[in-house]
Amino acid sequence: MHRQRWVTALVLAFGLAMLVGCSGSWAQTTPGVFTVYVGEPQNALIPGNTNESNGGEVIDALFAPLVTFDDETLDLTYDGVAASVSSDDRLTWTIRLKPGWTFHDGTPVTARSYVRAWNWNSLATNGYVSSFFFANIAGYSDLQSLTDGKPRGTEMSGLRVVDDLTFTVTLTSPFAIYPITLGARAFSPLPEAFYDDPTGFGRKPIGNGPFRAETEWTRGRGITLTRFDDFAGGAAKSPGMAFRVYTEQSTGYTDVLAGSLDIMVGLPEDARGTAPAIFGERYLTRASSSLTSLAFPLYDPRFADVRVRRAISMAINRDLLADIIFDNSVTPARGFATPVVDGFREDACGPACGFDPEAANALLDEAGFDRGEPIDLWFNAGSGHDQWMLAIGNMLRRNLGVDFRLRGHLQFAQFLPLQDSKGMTGPFRTAWSMVYPSIQYYLAPRFAASAQPPNGSNSAFYANPAFDAAVAKADAASSIAEANRLYQAAEDVLVADLPHAPVFVGVIQAVHTQRVSGVRLTPFGGVDYASVELLEVE
Amino acid sequence: MIRYIGRRLLMALPVLLGTSFLIFAMVYALPGDPIRALAGDQPLPPEVIAQLRAEHNLDDPLLLQYLKYLAQLFQGNLGTDFAGNPVSETIALRLPITARLAIVAIIFEIIFGITAGVLCALYKNSWFDNLVLVSTTMVVSVPVFVLAFLAQWLLGFQLGWFPVAGIANGWFSLILPGLVLAALSMAYVARLTRTSMAETLGADHVRTARSKGISELRVVTRHGLRNALIPVVTFIGADLGAMMGGAIVTESVFNIPGIGRAVFDAVRNQEGPVVVGIVTMMVFFFIFFNLVVDVLYGVLDPRIRYE
Repeated sequence: MHRQRWVTALVLAFGLAMLVGCSGSWAQTTPGVFTVYVGEPQNALIPGNTNESNGGEVIDALFAPLVTFDDETLDLTYDGVAASVSSDDRLTWTIRLKPGWTFHDGTPVTARSYVRAWNWNSLATNGYVSSFFFANIAGYSDLQSLTDGKPRGTEMSGLRVVDDLTFTVTLTSPFAIYPITLGARAFSPLPEAFYDDPTGFGRKPIGNGPFRAETEWTRGRGITLTRFDDFAGGAAKSPGMAFRVYTEQSTGYTDVLAGSLDIMVGLPEDARGTAPAIFGERYLTRASSSLTSLAFPLYDPRFADVRVRRAISMAINRDLLADIIFDNSVTPARGFATPVVDGFREDACGPACGFDPEAANALLDEAGFDRGEPIDLWFNAGSGHDQWMLAIGNMLRRNLGVDFRLRGHLQFAQFLPLQDSKGMTGPFRTAWSMVYPSIQYYLAPRFAASAQPPNGSNSAFYANPAFDAAVAKADAASSIAEANRLYQAAEDVLVADLPHAPVFVGVIQAVHTQRVSGVRLTPFGGVDYASVELLEVE
Repeated sequence: MIRYIGRRLLMALPVLLGTSFLIFAMVYALPGDPIRALAGDQPLPPEVIAQLRAEHNLDDPLLLQYLKYLAQLFQGNLGTDFAGNPVSETIALRLPITARLAIVAIIFEIIFGITAGVLCALYKNSWFDNLVLVSTTMVVSVPVFVLAFLAQWLLGFQLGWFPVAGIANGWFSLILPGLVLAALSMAYVARLTRTSMAETLGADHVRTARSKGISELRVVTRHGLRNALIPVVTFIGADLGAMMGGAIVTESVFNIPGIGRAVFDAVRNQEGPVVVGIVTMMVFFFIFFNLVVDVLYGVLDPRIRYE
């Protein structure tokens, strides 16, 4: 009997020790610093070598762009480093910089800071992932073609420094919306210190933005930034911020709930329904630039007839998909552009992106489509596409009477090469996000005949001279407004041909704690960190 | 003894070489193009792809790639990942964190597992024995990620006893993940200790010790436990070796930047040198801890000799 009591005492003592030893909340907040969720960046923090959103988020806090965009209208504004970007012929552009801008190390931002950086980014031997941004500058091909591992040149002939604050860019062909493209982060300037030690720079970048790096980037953990007091733009409202690396969205979300993480953009799937009620005003949404479509393998005779493509597109109930499958975390797509770009039109796609099973069946009959053979639906594995692709398959089966086969077994590393080598046997999932807010970015890079793999992202292998001509005409327009009108004409060509069936546009969701206010989502899918204000609640 | 350890370490060399080649070949055999996947939806210019492929020797045949890797290795260079980060740096950055987590987990395993097992053997079929039986069965049958999320939600978020995630609170941050990581093994250790201990307590030498009038505590610890621990030590040693390889699920849920997550990402990105570097190191740890266990046998039971 006494032995049992001994055991009971031991168990109780242990329980008590647990209770006494650990009480209170473990919110990990640092005074003067707000924390932001981020995934591990793919590459070192160099603007020209970053084209994914994780690294991009950090770069955006450290660097200020040449040009900016109005938050509401998305019109081009000059609140960045450039005072003006002008051209008489849309071929040679003169970029004038504002005086007084400096890098975090105190050196001035000059025309040379841009020209040298752009040349460096374009040099094939550096292997930077964003080099394609500079492809329309005269002389780019000299830096890209290698003989015996050596490029033909190291400086593009199209770039010329006029004086400390002026440089000119000569393009290979007229491009009316060129100033808009300069908002992309690949065009950021680099200080001279970069060239002494690019590796060190990639860990602790010296930028020209509202925040400067306080610590080095530690992989798996993050970085702490402090306000750059000599910033020539609008000063950051908070004295500091930190990016914290997470591998799981759900862990980050729990940390926000517990108050240990202040801002998180992108919510885990299971939180999308409940977050608005939990966070109230601290739950933010905004239409994103991400457009998800079903691309048709135009090289497959089965999908060569536009009537078949229209029928499939019209058999998809986009409203139902957005509501039921996505909990309205996406909106139906009815065009080839997204609402966050200049030149977007509501319902540009018209009846071809509407839901009309009757008309769809009539089209399929007309085209003599073989309903006995299932339609293959392709998507890459492990990225959460299974459920909505299954829903699409069910819609095709119910509305068109054609069975389907899901082809979602390939990882990205296998899926992409197959897609590039005309290996798709049915409609396949494809997505696109903007790097500058123009309708143009949703057209030429995805549908120009010259953008077919391996040279670009035209994975449907679409080729229509009428489309290419319409884009070329818009490129040479005399103003951005006129260019947008002409790009819309090119979009109409796509609507008639339907190489992709647009399906949905993403919605950015974000939550934040009571420690911060003034959190504003940008059309690029990030947060305007400079406007975040830190309210110390305790 | 020294000769024995030396011979065992020498034997480790071909094992390490063989495993590294096998892993290298397996990463090589993974389908798909890692460089193409780097670019995602927006393909890289062919020149950039060619540059990256050349940098990482991806155009060479398997054997040549492996030999180039070995040549590098003998110069003390573990190679780099696709982003240009040295593998040695990744290991130096992440291994200490994983090691700390493993130590915390092993301590839990030893303290709770062995204690529970000994008590169960002493009081067979008592309520405590039954409690341990039921709870260990439960722990063994619940998947780790369920346990991890449950612990995080209940003890971290709802009760606020522990930090939800991260490593900002030092050793204290590791208690909850350590407990989750140890849970499964703790259950095994308890069961193993119970069986082994029950058997030893019934052995002749224990009966003799008791009849000589030695105190019960001394009988249990010196004569019982010491003999009963041999299978338990084997298990814990192997477990420590496995834990040094990182715990992908636990590290992910609790956002601990350890080695497990690094190797997971590297496999997904098909970064050969990273996978081989880290996994070979894991194999080394596994061999090392097994050797430690074998040496410990002699300490526990002097009848065991090495030659």
